[in-house]
Amino acid sequence: MFRYSYLYTIKAHSLAVDFLPSACTTACDVPRPPPCPPVAACCRLSRNSLLAGNFVFYCIEMGELKAEKHVKYILTVEKKKDDFESVVMEHLRLNGAYWGLTTLDLLGKLNAVDQDEVIPWVMQCQHESGGFGGNIGHDPHLLYTLSAIQVLALFDKIEILDIDKVSNYIARLQNEDGSFAGDIWGEIDTRFSYIAICSLALLKRLDKIDVDKAVKYIVSCKNLDGGFGSTPGGESHSGQIFCCVGALAITGSLHHVDKDLLGWWLCERQVKSGGLNGRPEKLPDVCYSWWVLSSLIMIDRVHWIDKEKLIKFILDCQDTENGGISDRPDDAVDIFHTYFGVAGLSLLEYPGVKAIDPAYALPVDVVNRIFIGK
Amino acid sequence: MHGRPRRSPTPEENEDSAAKGAKLRALQKQFIEFHHSKTYTKEAIDVSTKLVELNPEYYTAWNYRKLAVEHLLTDQTDSEYIKSVLDEELRVVENALRSNFKSYGAWHHRKWVLNKGHSSADRELLLLKKFQKADARNFHAWNYRRFITALMNIPAEKELNYTTDMINDNFSNYSAWHNRSMLLSLLLNKKVAGFYPKETFLKEEYEFVRNALFTDPDDQSGWFYHLWLLDQTVKVDNLFVSSWPPNGSNICASDPLVLNQYAFPPGSASGFEGFPIILYFNEGVVGVNSSTVTVECEFTSDTNLVWIPVPANRSGYSTTWFTCLNFSMKDMLPSRHYRGKVSIALSEGIVSSSGVCYSRPFHIEFGVFVSSPVPKLREGLETQRIYWSGENFHATELHSEELDFVNRFCQLRTNGSDKLEKNDMNVDIIAEEISYFRELLAEMECKIGKLTLARLLMAHDALSSTSHDTYDQRTLPYKEILELYSDLMKMDPPHIHYYKDEYSLVFLKQELSDKESLLRYCYQYRDSSSPQNRSFASLRLNGLSLSRIGCIERLLWVQMLDLSENELRSIEGLEAMQLLCCLNLSKNKFSSFSSLEPLRQLKSLQVLDISYNEIGAHPIDTRRYLCTSPLSHTIGSDWKKTQQLGLSDVDISTYWDAFSIFKGANLTQLDIVGNPILDEKFKYFLRKLLPTMKWLDNEKSG
Ligand SMILES: [Zn+2]
Repeated sequence: MFRYSYLYTIKAHSLAVDFLPSACTTACDVPRPPPCPPVAACCRLSRNSLLAGNFVFYCIEMGELKAEKHVKYILTVEKKKDDFESVVMEHLRLNGAYWGLTTLDLLGKLNAVDQDEVIPWVMQCQHESGGFGGNIGHDPHLLYTLSAIQVLALFDKIEILDIDKVSNYIARLQNEDGSFAGDIWGEIDTRFSYIAICSLALLKRLDKIDVDKAVKYIVSCKNLDGGFGSTPGGESHSGQIFCCVGALAITGSLHHVDKDLLGWWLCERQVKSGGLNGRPEKLPDVCYSWWVLSSLIMIDRVHWIDKEKLIKFILDCQDTENGGISDRPDDAVDIFHTYFGVAGLSLLEYPGVKAIDPAYALPVDVVNRIFIGK
Repeated sequence: MHGRPRRSPTPEENEDSAAKGAKLRALQKQFIEFHHSKTYTKEAIDVSTKLVELNPEYYTAWNYRKLAVEHLLTDQTDSEYIKSVLDEELRVVENALRSNFKSYGAWHHRKWVLNKGHSSADRELLLLKKFQKADARNFHAWNYRRFITALMNIPAEKELNYTTDMINDNFSNYSAWHNRSMLLSLLLNKKVAGFYPKETFLKEEYEFVRNALFTDPDDQSGWFYHLWLLDQTVKVDNLFVSSWPPNGSNICASDPLVLNQYAFPPGSASGFEGFPIILYFNEGVVGVNSSTVTVECEFTSDTNLVWIPVPANRSGYSTTWFTCLNFSMKDMLPSRHYRGKVSIALSEGIVSSSGVCYSRPFHIEFGVFVSSPVPKLREGLETQRIYWSGENFHATELHSEELDFVNRFCQLRTNGSDKLEKNDMNVDIIAEEISYFRELLAEMECKIGKLTLARLLMAHDALSSTSHDTYDQRTLPYKEILELYSDLMKMDPPHIHYYKDEYSLVFLKQELSDKESLLRYCYQYRDSSSPQNRSFASLRLNGLSLSRIGCIERLLWVQMLDLSENELRSIEGLEAMQLLCCLNLSKNKFSSFSSLEPLRQLKSLQVLDISYNEIGAHPIDTRRYLCTSPLSHTIGSDWKKTQQLGLSDVDISTYWDAFSIFKGANLTQLDIVGNPILDEKFKYFLRKLLPTMKWLDNEKSG
């Protein structure tokens, strides 16, 4: 035996699951920004024999993605408005629209939605200040402003916005120390730094804020495990890490990230079942397929996890009868986890799913159209 | 839904859900009306109370309540009344948190109320105690705790005790370990009494976390804390690592094996126009310039040197700094030895990205001579194709005394070894830790035990090499470390590539730090069939299953590098090898042009082989944000216009990544066959983009 005594014979069984809202409106503890990939890459894909090989592997080894069922599920949820769940989610319907529509686009089915219905509704969520609320009549907030911009980007309709008005709204929320408030009430969080930076980049108005200070603030939230928290001193969390790494990626500042240290922390999020958790000693959850994977990709350490096992975990969370994806196998599905499941498969290069960009959380073709042209 | 079982609802449940939905909808409708009409009556406020208690995430209702409070408190001076209004808010928040402990809106509302300054912060600590008992990992509660302790000016020492209590209660609490690391680094940085010097404190912390690790090695709670402690222990303030020319070397300026301006003479489109000097630091630094670094050389009067960071990023910090001395070989006398000296003075001017100031004066001294007679420069060297086949690589000549710079790079570990007592203490701490982990592994097989032991052995090696005068080469621990990583690959297959990458780095260290083994990889390239007899100082690291490269500080002399038939995905760090002319990356795992970003910095590179990789095979580009691109705003939106190449008939948008890597490159030879991206259209694009190119695969152009 060891020379010294154990101080810690006590290892109480902590609540492994993050304490969850009964109505699950917030989904996890995390922010809800989104991602996406480029057209050129997709075109090159078609002549790639390597991928064809992978495809055979996926189909034989594990259940396949029930893409059509998921499309049907999303279209149903969009229409459902009266049960308790839908009412509880009403205040973040604009986030929901982004999750649903991006998933449809990744599955090549964006045209199943009538944009002449979606876009006028999105625009009705906008306020005089320039910001968007989560639904008509709800207060403006950065969370929904990004979703509005992303939805318009999907339809290549950003130009219908009064771009200066929206970008001024966002820029006004930057504080002296470089941080961002979510709205006029002053809650500060690196989630809002990401949202502001991502939104302004999509609007091509990053010059409206002090980018150096914004980056400095994010770096001040870096922890000794290589991750990032919501404010200086806040614990690292995969969702928060995505926001900070994403914001640093968009501003060309990834040299501030200790890629090996953070990469080890992130790759250790993969648990035995193949799924990913959001923090040490927590249960796996499909939504972390997005937060952890996109971060690992941005710092080029995604090969440190077992991709096949993760694909299997996500596919196991599908409702193969009625469509939709849940947080863990056999739990009830929702649109949030359906989006993160499909987006995760996209990052894992699952055949038949369009590529998504890890920083902007929009399809690669949409992002390339905006930043590279064509 | 989080944690809710999947099953079809019964008809009764459907009905119930619809009824509840209708009720909530009516409430929300009523609320929105009050909100929009700015109604702050008791009835209206009660509606919002019901709403946030039922659905704490309904953010607009929290906003409304803030407006209502401001309305109620307008022109109020009665402190009892003010307090009662704010207390009501705290009560509502507490109820909301009971229904959703993670509601951002509720927590922020509480902060907003506290910031008004009328509430007791002591009560908040009691509440937190209750909440943190129920869920010790809730990060909202921890954030709120940091907010309250700052508000109350509670000293960090006291909060440190709180984390000790939490951990003693249950060590499986990552949140508490995290908070501990934050508090401790604050105390260490401020050099608070009892926490300085840090060595004594580190010892206690190692024991504390070791207890957690050894009790349940599979529990990750202490893993990252231990790594952080290790990082604190090995932190050395010696930033400078190596240079070209290396200290004590003798450089034959007219030998192409030493300086490549012979092969690529001054005045040609590429290559150095003078004598290169490279400084390599173990961390990115700023402040390298002619006032912090002095250069005195007998063969040139050039003193007005411009130091360039390689690579240049937004921050300006770089591990590699480069400059070039103007000199003329014609003016040098054969047989005379010219002395050169580069000094880094004791100066506050050079600062690393982690804030370390350069604190040790350092000199690099070298000699330069030319052989007699000075060979004549030959014309048209670039047209000769380079073949990477084995018969062109000759083992012997690089070992000669004249080319002693290879040896010099082997002796790096004895450089700058001024002994520090502090280091010895740290070496002892790590040695003790090593013996504890050996004991653990004798008891049981566990992954964190092996991984930590491997890291400890590396740290011990790094510290010993800078602190002991008589560092014994025979005690090198690399073999044991490599075995540990091999075991880990077998024990923990999902993370096999993490261990493989670490393995590669240790393996390179083992192979390149020792003279005997380094020389096994060193060659002189000489194509005997070529009349021009071109030659390069070469290093062949092909076919070694490397998944990552490192040890760049020992490779600054290399002109020709063969990394073919490995498993590399990126060449991060290679940009420091500023003398590199020829590079073979064939048969690796490069999957995009962005993974070749360091090539942008290698201005002397003329010959590149990237054949048989995976470029174009992957829809997801993992280097997309680690390279210069319009997506990361590292090049302006006018990137398409700035190029003045005759590319009007090709679509640069499709090949923007290749465009960004190769634009302005001076390649004369590019092998790219065997990548999915390659087709006639792309070849046409490359020929247009690289006008200096003479060979594209086996086709000779122009
Ligand atoms: Zn989730």
